[in-house]
Amino acid sequence: MPVEFTERSLLKYTQKVLELFKDPKNIGEMEDPTVSAVEGDPQCGDMLKMFLKIKNDKIVDAKFLSFGCAANIAACSMTTEMVKGKTVDEAEKITIKQIADNLGGLPGLKMHCAVLAYRTLKRALQEYRKKVNSGARVG
Amino acid sequence: MRAYLDNGTTTQVAKEVLDAMLPYLTEKFGHPLFLYSLGQEAADAVEKSQKTIADTLNAEQKEITFTSNATEANDFAIRGVAHANRKSGNHIITTKIENPSVLRPCEILEKEGFKVDYLDVDSQGFVDLKQLQELINEKTILVSVAQVNDEIGTIEPIVEIGKMLHEQKHKIYFHVNAAASYARVPIDVQKMGIDLMSLSAHKIHGPKGVGALYVREDTQIKPMSYGYISMFPLKPGTENVPAIVGFGKAAELAFANFNSHVEHMRKLRDKLIAGIEERVPHIVLNGPKGEKRSPANVNYSFKGVEGESVLLHLDLNGISVATGSACSTRKLEPSHVLTAIGVKPEVAHGSIRFTLSRYNTAEEIDYVLEVVPRVIESLRKISPVKPEDL
Repeated sequence: MPVEFTERSLLKYTQKVLELFKDPKNIGEMEDPTVSAVEGDPQCGDMLKMFLKIKNDKIVDAKFLSFGCAANIAACSMTTEMVKGKTVDEAEKITIKQIADNLGGLPGLKMHCAVLAYRTLKRALQEYRKKVNSGARVG
Repeated sequence: MRAYLDNGTTTQVAKEVLDAMLPYLTEKFGHPLFLYSLGQEAADAVEKSQKTIADTLNAEQKEITFTSNATEANDFAIRGVAHANRKSGNHIITTKIENPSVLRPCEILEKEGFKVDYLDVDSQGFVDLKQLQELINEKTILVSVAQVNDEIGTIEPIVEIGKMLHEQKHKIYFHVNAAASYARVPIDVQKMGIDLMSLSAHKIHGPKGVGALYVREDTQIKPMSYGYISMFPLKPGTENVPAIVGFGKAAELAFANFNSHVEHMRKLRDKLIAGIEERVPHIVLNGPKGEKRSPANVNYSFKGVEGESVLLHLDLNGISVATGSACSTRKLEPSHVLTAIGVKPEVAHGSIRFTLSRYNTAEEIDYVLEVVPRVIESLRKISPVKPEDL
């Protein structure tokens, strides 16, 4: 078996991640969201709840709650920033890579944090589509 | 204000230690093996450290072998004894809460055909002596138990284990990892029936890069490596003289005022525990309270928050601590110690370890008690997990 050398970058955060961890954007509960979604599991050490306010298919506000590490908070902070002002169609096109890139990259071991933020967003948008299709009044 | 409360991970080098080391990096640079005065000066210094450390354990000078760190000492003790005693048996007993430097060599030995049993611990981290008695058989050659658990501070019943092993019909070696207990809890290798004991310098205000293994005379053990034998037949090669001198000085300082240092740490520990209990709701103290807890260890699970976030927020306030959260490790699993004492993973993720040294002050604890409740409260506010639900 060949040697596996350790990479320090596996655990090191970028300035952007630390910035968003210290001063997260859009954090907190939302009063009357159009949709909300929860992903993750406290047993696994990370859980996110995302709230979206959508008017005429446009995301006018996004907030989140986090039980997780710095990468988790930063990734969801970034994701909510990215979706604000976008249409639902546009938000659906956001990728895990875009989230991570906007953070200046995530340590290898923390990529799942970008994945979790992405999944929470997807779930919220799905909820929205469901709501629209069921004919409920939205936005 | 700053407060370094991660002394279980590493400590600052004491000023006196640095002063003692420096000449051995500059004018006293000789190789201890050589007969000229420069060499003999270095050899004397190494022997002095060896004697100082041996005295702190109630051991003989020659029974101390210097290693690079406690990890190396643990690995050397476990695999060295296992390989040298293979003919007598292939059974080893350790615990579920040992440091990876004990568990990993055991896993390697299992792959080589050794049988390893891992003792259960109770909710406070104490090993099950009855289970140990039941597991011992004629093939058992080695038992390895840390005197103090490095995460939750549990002081294990080392005297009782030593006695039990001594009462067996055949020789069972007793290895004790003392990295977390040295200079914090009294040690006597004779009274405790210990055959091998691992020590670390950088956890007692000595330098990094040096540890030691106490090996009782007549122990069957394979050398750590092979090469030019100088002062230590079990670990050949040029000695790290400045570091060994520093280790000796650190031990001398720690044991010159052992009781007052311990009392100082114990007071700070109890102040921290009382303060957290008073100020922060929804918490669990991991490990025992009172005399059976290391004077230097406090470990709390703060429900509803994640440890890495707590650690980084405390760091922003100048406070250094450790966490048992998955997110701080390379494995993304919560601490195996917290899992073994039955802490639920969702609670283990919010664990913070505070470890003290003689250099910590009551003012630092006051500061920590001011910051911690604030940080926990702010993180709970942004958490979707309610602490009362855990």
